[in-house]
Amino acid sequence: MSKIMTGAEMVVQALQDQGVTHLFGYPGGAVLPIYDALFHQDKVQHVLVRHEQGAAHAAEGYARSTGKVGAVLVTSGPGATNAITGLTDALMDSIPVVCITGQVPTHLIGSDAFQECDTVGLTRHCTKHNYLVRKIEDLPRILHEAFYIARSGRPGPVVIDIPKDVQFASGPYAPPKNAQHKTYHPRVKADIGKIKQAVAMMAKAKKPILYTGGGVVNAGPAASTLLRELVQQTNFPITSTLMGLGAYPGSGPNWLGMLGMHGSYEANNAMHDCDLMVCIGARFDDRITGRLDAFSPGSKKIHIDIDPSSINKTVMVDLAIVGDCGHVLEDIVRLWRAEAHQTDAKALGAWWAQIDKWRARKSFGYKKSDTTIKPQYAIERLYELTKDRKTYITTEVGQHQMWAAQHYKFEEPNRWMTSGGLGTMGYGLPAAIGTQLAHPDALVIDIAGEASILMNIQELSTAKQFLAPVKVFILNNEYMGMVRQWQELLHGGRYSSSYSEALPDFVKLAEAYGMKGIRCSDPKNLDAAIQEMIDYPGAVLFDCLVDKAENCLPMIPSGKAHNDMILPDFEEDIGKVIDDKGKMLV
Amino acid sequence: MNAQAALSPYSSSAGKTERHETHVLSVLVDNEPGVLARVVGLFSGRGYNIESLTVAEVAHLQGLSRITVVTSGAPETIEQISHQLERIVPIHRVTDLSLDNAFVQRELAMIKVRGKGEARTEALRLAEAFRARVIDATTESFIFELTGAPKKIDDFVELMRPIGLVEVSRTGVAAITRGPQAM
Repeated sequence: MSKIMTGAEMVVQALQDQGVTHLFGYPGGAVLPIYDALFHQDKVQHVLVRHEQGAAHAAEGYARSTGKVGAVLVTSGPGATNAITGLTDALMDSIPVVCITGQVPTHLIGSDAFQECDTVGLTRHCTKHNYLVRKIEDLPRILHEAFYIARSGRPGPVVIDIPKDVQFASGPYAPPKNAQHKTYHPRVKADIGKIKQAVAMMAKAKKPILYTGGGVVNAGPAASTLLRELVQQTNFPITSTLMGLGAYPGSGPNWLGMLGMHGSYEANNAMHDCDLMVCIGARFDDRITGRLDAFSPGSKKIHIDIDPSSINKTVMVDLAIVGDCGHVLEDIVRLWRAEAHQTDAKALGAWWAQIDKWRARKSFGYKKSDTTIKPQYAIERLYELTKDRKTYITTEVGQHQMWAAQHYKFEEPNRWMTSGGLGTMGYGLPAAIGTQLAHPDALVIDIAGEASILMNIQELSTAKQFLAPVKVFILNNEYMGMVRQWQELLHGGRYSSSYSEALPDFVKLAEAYGMKGIRCSDPKNLDAAIQEMIDYPGAVLFDCLVDKAENCLPMIPSGKAHNDMILPDFEEDIGKVIDDKGKMLV
Repeated sequence: MNAQAALSPYSSSAGKTERHETHVLSVLVDNEPGVLARVVGLFSGRGYNIESLTVAEVAHLQGLSRITVVTSGAPETIEQISHQLERIVPIHRVTDLSLDNAFVQRELAMIKVRGKGEARTEALRLAEAFRARVIDATTESFIFELTGAPKKIDDFVELMRPIGLVEVSRTGVAAITRGPQAM
């Protein structure tokens, strides 16, 4: 049932057939035919961003908050190179994105033509897969294949580079079929023998911990439900990476808080002292493990991951289970129930008693103030005033991001969009716009820093144009806070280039973009100001002036182990904590 | 500061063995543009070694090429290389031939030697012992063609060096499993 159409029409038809509702992009010479094809239809809404990096992050926000593939359309040359940061971000965090790039006509490829770049060469390292379409006959297959590859297995970004002559050429188009891919068949169902082994290890454990990650979120909402069921049946303590927040509710009784460099004392100590670690859809990233040769020395480790290359990459495990977290969790829960497994209740009781002692240190605590807004306090109030709504949080990168992860409690998966692996400042605003367009009735807040927000501030225009009522909540401490904190830790408090000089007046800036600006510097007025932001029907830029010198604690200093954290009540000079070896790390 | 202290604790070899092994990987790929760049880029991007690499189409109708990579590292690193290669979409199969060691490997080399008089006779005598063929000759030079395991070629080249070795061109290793089964 094929129909003759042009390459440009095929692109738009394939987007429709793949269920794309929003396409984030920016026009240019090499994609004009596709923009013309978009002009003739209204099923796919094109969202005009102000910079191609914004398009990629907006698609990530859309994808992360819906579980669907995000779609991007940019032109050749600078359009493609500007999108690269977003593509790399999506690769690091396993976010499904299809990015269509225009290319100079095939006969000009390699001639250094105007706005030509080697897009497939440049994006080979920052995509899961990429294509240069040389013949119109290949285009329909490649379009559908790209969506399949982006969303299957461990998701990721896929680039389709389409020369302009291929966009004008005509050929037969066929809708997507569920045909098997020639080479790419990710394994979703795991070996049941290994699952049995895992269940037996869990039943015997005396000091277990579940360490979950973004893989659970990527496996869909059913995986989070199964995870909650597993926690309920086993009464195991659970912690998660930054990317996995929300899979288990932040208010749940077994929740230890996030782990890692700025994770909770109880989560990190439990990781260090456990006798069984069950890693579900996480990858033993260096923010998580800290010093590798002192990482959880006494534990047996089970690693569940859809990507075999994540297993034994940095930490050697005792049992590797390759499969989709959802399928594996389903099998584990079913077996646990069917075989009526019991945990060692006495041992588990003692383990929880130990965990409660760590919890009593209140590692996310901070010194309250009546006169200045503490950034942690601002997040706490933001949480209290938004928790009963359908709220989605995005962030930029830095201290505010860690404070958001520590103090905002996520109850559901897909509600938390942040740049984890790549750590991209400028991610949060475009991601919030993508999220908001996917969920028009929800409250979407970008928790930002005053430095990060300026990296993609131009996207305020996009929010204005597409009536996305995003709230940008800036924790303004006039510093690149995390850089300043590391300079205090490592470089004797010499704050080289980390002070945000010549900041704009954010309230006036908001007004210049045709949106609302709110400023607050007094903790007594904070609740009312946040409420005003929530109640305002359009986009808001909230300039929250916070304590300038606050450090983000607790912290595992670089080069140290999980049980070697700096806690908030640490009174000594933090500039003396890290040794020379640690100073070399990031 | 010694080299050890310069290592990052994040990349410490905790739980890893110190052994350094050389392995031969056979990689079956779709013969499409860019596939070799994907493989080579993976090795350079992640800091893996390539000791030799050969690639050629092996099944025209199915459009398959076979890449043979000789690499070295700790056994865990080599396992990681295999898994990373498997992530590349147009790769059909990755087999570490060295795992059960039941494979044969061959390399072809062309070795140019210059010399007169006694050196010439000596070169020919040694070539005969190694079963190297003369594929070009002038009054003052030979080109030998030699096929064998890499070690045999290394040995021959070393013998030619004092006689008058000019240059060497080698294909890199091609390898295949023993017995009736495919990789």
